Amino acid sequence: MKKVLVLFLLIAIGYYLVDVFSVIPFGADRIPEGNVRDFYLEKTVTDLNVPNTVTSIVVNFRGFDTLGEVTVLFLAASVLGSILYRRRSHDEEKAVLLPSSKIVASGSRLLFAPILLLGAYVFIHGHLTPGGGFQGGVIIATGFLLMLLAYKDYKVKHSIIMWVESLAGVTFAGIGLVGLIMGKMFLENFLPLGETMNNLFSGGVIPIIYIAVGFKVGSELTGLLYTLLNEKGE
Amino acid sequence: MDITTHTLLTIGFYGSSISLILIGLYAALVKKSLLKIIIGMSIVDSGINLLLVSLGYLNGGTAPIFSPTVQDTLTKTAKAVDPVPQALVLTAIVIGFAVTAVALSLIIRLYRHHKTVSIDEIKNLKW
Repeated sequence: MKKVLVLFLLIAIGYYLVDVFSVIPFGADRIPEGNVRDFYLEKTVTDLNVPNTVTSIVVNFRGFDTLGEVTVLFLAASVLGSILYRRRSHDEEKAVLLPSSKIVASGSRLLFAPILLLGAYVFIHGHLTPGGGFQGGVIIATGFLLMLLAYKDYKVKHSIIMWVESLAGVTFAGIGLVGLIMGKMFLENFLPLGETMNNLFSGGVIPIIYIAVGFKVGSELTGLLYTLLNEKGE
Repeated sequence: MDITTHTLLTIGFYGSSISLILIGLYAALVKKSLLKIIIGMSIVDSGINLLLVSLGYLNGGTAPIFSPTVQDTLTKTAKAVDPVPQALVLTAIVIGFAVTAVALSLIIRLYRHHKTVSIDEIKNLKW
């Protein structure tokens, strides 16, 4: 009975969604001249000298939004810690993971450093290539996840994670405040933009902010995975 | 781009994102296990993100990343796809991830208390 009702509901929702989107042509230039897209695309080249428009929107034009986003991630990590917190009692220590084979263990150890390197590459080149702080941070966290899955007693120090996270967050907010001190807007660019486009040292504050975001997201996700994996079964 | 490819793209992008939304809603409404409900919510998330990104697509458009070899950037500007939905979806993905993580931790907490994740057996959820 419930399934039939749900199916009717889904058919109704699906009908109206299809009805709405059949009117919107796919891939047509629907918006008139002088729109936000053209503004961003033009200002990215002329004002910021950065190739990647998505990065310049996320970090520069909508930098305040990204600061909020990073805060939401931090909030999720701390909520997870506080919900799952309980006093350690050693009688219920039981491993969630089975011991992994030798191939998995040595393979993970071999892959760990290249994965971290790839993550660092992705967030350092966030303003030049498709990628950025969030993506790079997630890649770094996958490296740690591999180690956590392969080695049962792999420990990630909470104090180190906390320090990296806090320093990265302070860097992000501090760059915004330095912009205020220099007489610009909050999170506005105050560094030289660099001579040539597509150079690693160009784009003003964008690479610095993205490196901070990369460290922050990477450490936060690592701490999150560590908390969830260390949840002992009962 | 001929008309058939265009129609296929339309059906592919709109159709797949709408069906992802519907599949996720079905899972969230019908399934009994809390974990499956969370998976359904994540599928709805993916569907909405795909829908937003495909709304920003432009026929024959390139990625909104400039290269230094392109001299006339403004003519290239006219052909880049909309970067604004992509930036917004980047935000939405991160928020969706945070929501999923918090929901999973709440499930773990419920499991600790009730020793089950089935919403039929957790009596406090009945109304």
